[in-house]
Amino acid sequence: MSRQQILERAVKEIQDGMCVNLGIGMPTLIANMIPGDLNVMLQSENGLLGIGPYPNKDEVDPDLINAGKETVTAKAGASFFDSAESFAMIRGGHIDLAILGGMEVSEKGDLANWMIPGKMVKGMGGAMDLVQGAKRIVVIMDHVNKHGESKVKKSCTLPLTGKNVIHCLITDLAVFQFSESGMELIELQNGVTIEQVKSNTEADFTVSSSLEIKG
Amino acid sequence: MGKLLSSLDSAIQQIEDGATIVVGGFGLSGIPENLIHALRDKGVKDLTVISNNCGVDDAGLGLLLENRQIKKMIASYVGENKLFEQQFLNGELEVELVPQGTLAERLRAGGAGIPAFYTATGVGTEVAEGKEHKEFDGRTYIMEKGLVGDFAFIKAWKSDPFGNLIYRKTARNFNPVVATAGKITIAEVEELVNIGELDPDEIHTPGVYIQKIFVGNHYQKRIEKLTTTNA
Repeated sequence: MSRQQILERAVKEIQDGMCVNLGIGMPTLIANMIPGDLNVMLQSENGLLGIGPYPNKDEVDPDLINAGKETVTAKAGASFFDSAESFAMIRGGHIDLAILGGMEVSEKGDLANWMIPGKMVKGMGGAMDLVQGAKRIVVIMDHVNKHGESKVKKSCTLPLTGKNVIHCLITDLAVFQFSESGMELIELQNGVTIEQVKSNTEADFTVSSSLEIKG
Repeated sequence: MGKLLSSLDSAIQQIEDGATIVVGGFGLSGIPENLIHALRDKGVKDLTVISNNCGVDDAGLGLLLENRQIKKMIASYVGENKLFEQQFLNGELEVELVPQGTLAERLRAGGAGIPAFYTATGVGTEVAEGKEHKEFDGRTYIMEKGLVGDFAFIKAWKSDPFGNLIYRKTARNFNPVVATAGKITIAEVEELVNIGELDPDEIHTPGVYIQKIFVGNHYQKRIEKLTTTNA
């Protein structure tokens, strides 16, 4: 349920005409929620701009996968390219939006999402390139971990993916935006109070004067 | 022109213990399956392997791990492999994790004769430690070095006898940059066509980068994550 709220809010970040990279895992689920009347090109960093839906059984092609190694299709207007070209379009600021998962976010807009020391190191994949290169970085994650501790921190304790890179954070409790003046609470999720957000957030943040209270 | 191989034996024979090998592919898609098998069979040790991933436990580069042939792995993501974890934790395997875009660009640069370049990727993270930092127009970048291997193994869809290559869909991935980044590049392909049959406008990798061509007669093309619609 909380995941659905996060995804429904995240999909609103996608506008007509955008080229968008959706991170592996929860962000990938956003693909199916994009309204059909929006013309959006989804980028997969292994070399596809214009990801289509999952194939039906007869269409499955091992030569056509997404960055999560799932079999996919290519939609009309799609293009294939190599990995250097793929990251040229990411690093060069040609991708409008990246929506990524997070483990920790700091009030400065730092993101940690690739490694937990002491556990197996899997690698950062394309996450460090995306946070530096895409025009807008939106992070989606649960507000607290399974022990009830805030994942929205004064400063990250886990190794960083990027420093001061996040534009917007969407959690199951609230939406924040980041600017030079810091972290600002701009929306509350359904039925959530400002007090609830404050008590579950380690980071310091301001509350937007135009805070939209959903009800 | 003498690039065509009837078997991989002679090409693999040149590879010695301690060699650095750059390998194309993303996950198990577009990997040079036959070359990996031949390298496994030859059993050379202490290899440094540069590739985006390291296969899975029983396929792709995972086969070289299983055979304990890799000393050092340079990759961006190695999360699909228990053997990898085990050898890493035992200290048998050295690992250098490189952001995926930086890895692709290091290979592109290496193959293009560019010794190093600056990128913002990794600034403020562990990746930047020990690297030169430089500011351009108010933004901080780190210096990353080009990469070249003794050998490059790639997989393409079609080749002509000169080694002009065309890849198929997302099986292209790292293969074109890897092709440029080997002192000796061996391309294995699904299909060989006659000289002149490939439209010059549609060639992805010009044959100049390719020293040897092998036509594989069997491709497993294992799928890591089969996802379908319920149609």
